[in-house]
Amino acid sequence: MSKIIKNLKQFSTANERLEGAHLLCPGCAHSIIVRELVNCTDHNLVIANATGCMEVCTAVYPYTAWDTSWIHIGFENAATSAGAIAETYKVLERKGRLNKNAENTKVLAIGGDGATYDIGFQFLSGAVERGHDFTYVCLDNEVYANTGGQRSSSTPVGASTTTTPAGSQSIGNKTTKKDMIGIMAAHGAPYVAQVAPNKWKDMIMKFQKALEINGPTFVNAMSACTTEWRFPSHQTITVSDLATDSLAFPLYEIENGVYTINYRPKNIVPIKDYLAIQGRFKHLFKPGNEHIIEEWQKRVDKKWVQLQKMEEMTNS
Amino acid sequence: MANVGWDEVNDAALLNPFENSMQDLVNTAQSDRDYSLFSSFSASTASWRVVKPIYNSDVCIHCQNCWVYCPDSAILSEEKKMQGIDYDHCKGCGICADVCPTNPKSLIMYEEATVEDSALASWPEKKKKEKKA
Repeated sequence: MSKIIKNLKQFSTANERLEGAHLLCPGCAHSIIVRELVNCTDHNLVIANATGCMEVCTAVYPYTAWDTSWIHIGFENAATSAGAIAETYKVLERKGRLNKNAENTKVLAIGGDGATYDIGFQFLSGAVERGHDFTYVCLDNEVYANTGGQRSSSTPVGASTTTTPAGSQSIGNKTTKKDMIGIMAAHGAPYVAQVAPNKWKDMIMKFQKALEINGPTFVNAMSACTTEWRFPSHQTITVSDLATDSLAFPLYEIENGVYTINYRPKNIVPIKDYLAIQGRFKHLFKPGNEHIIEEWQKRVDKKWVQLQKMEEMTNS
Repeated sequence: MANVGWDEVNDAALLNPFENSMQDLVNTAQSDRDYSLFSSFSASTASWRVVKPIYNSDVCIHCQNCWVYCPDSAILSEEKKMQGIDYDHCKGCGICADVCPTNPKSLIMYEEATVEDSALASWPEKKKKEKKA
C-alpha cells in the first residue's frame, strides 16, 4: 500500500497528517522531515515518540498536532514501545482478533539524537537485536536542543554548546561524532540509511523502503536546528544543501550489508562553507583554530573514500 | 473541550484530535475532517510572526517547493495547485520565500503589518541575469 510518488505535484495532493500550530521553532527541520515521513505512505501509522523537541512541541496539553496514533512514555524507551506495539499487532493478527480498520498498520519510533545516540541507545540496540518489525527515525540535530543546547554524543568536533562553550581556553566540543549508522548496520539491521530534508525525493524513497521492509530499520535524518546551530530561520534548506554537498552528511543506505551512495554532489563544497554559515562554529575561523577545519576536511574526505570503497566492495 | 485543570487530569492523558472516530484518514481532505478542540489544527501560532509571506499568484508556477519544505503545514495546496497561505498556522520562518524558484519570487516576506494589496501592487520586476564578465 505504499504510495507511488513520481513528482512533487503528485506528492502535494497528500492529505496532511501532522497539523500546524505545534510549538517547534520557526524554520525547524524536524517538522519538515516528520511531515514527509507521515505523508509519504497510505499505511495506518502508530508512532512511539521519545522525549525531545518533537515530542515536547507537538503534544503540549491540551493540544496534539498528530492525526495518527501516537504515544510518549519515557526518554529512553521509544524503541522498546515500538517493538512491543509491533509484537501486539502480530499476536492479535495471528489470533484473528485484529480490528479490520487496524490492518495495514506500520509502527514507527521517532527520537532525537539525544534519545538515540545516548539515552535510548541500549534500548534501541536491544529492540534491533530482537528483530521487531518497526522503523526508527532519528532526528539528528547534533545537540540536546530541547533542554537548552547541551552536547550529545552526536555533536561534532568544535561545536560550541552550553556544556562545551568555546572560549580562549576551549575549542568547543572535543570529541568526534559517533557513527550511529555504522553501529546500526553492525547490528545486522536489514535497512539503515541517512537522509536530509533538502533531498525530499531521496528521503521519501528511503522512508517508504524502511516502512516496507520487514524487521527493524533505522533512518538517521540530518535536521538543521536554527536555534542551536545559530543561523537565520529561513536558511534551513540552504544549510541542509551545504551539509549534503560538503559531504558532512553523505546520503547513503545499507540494505542487508550492501552499500549504495544515493547522492553524489556535482561540485563538492569545501567543509569550510558549511561551517561558516553556522554560529556554533564561528570561533573556528579565529586565528589559531585553522587546524580543526583542516582536520575536519581530511576526515570528511577519508569517510567519502571509505564509503565509495565499501560500495564497490559490497556490490561486486 | 471543557477547561480542565491539572487536578482533574489523569496520569496519562488521551487526546483525540477528531470529534468522532476517524476512518480513512489518508483520503479525507483537511477541510472535510471533523477536528476536535484537542487538535492543534484548532489552535493558532499567528502571534509568533514578525514577518509574513505574501503570495502572488500571477508569478507562481505551482512547483510545490514551498509546500514540501513548509515546517508548519501552512501552505494550502489543492489538486496540485498552490492556493495560498494558512495565516493561522504560519510562523513566518521564511523558508517558503527562500526556496521559491520563480523570477521575481512569488512569495516574498513583508512586515506583519503590510497590507496585501499594496504589496501586490508594488511587486518587484523581473531581474535580468547578470552577464558574466
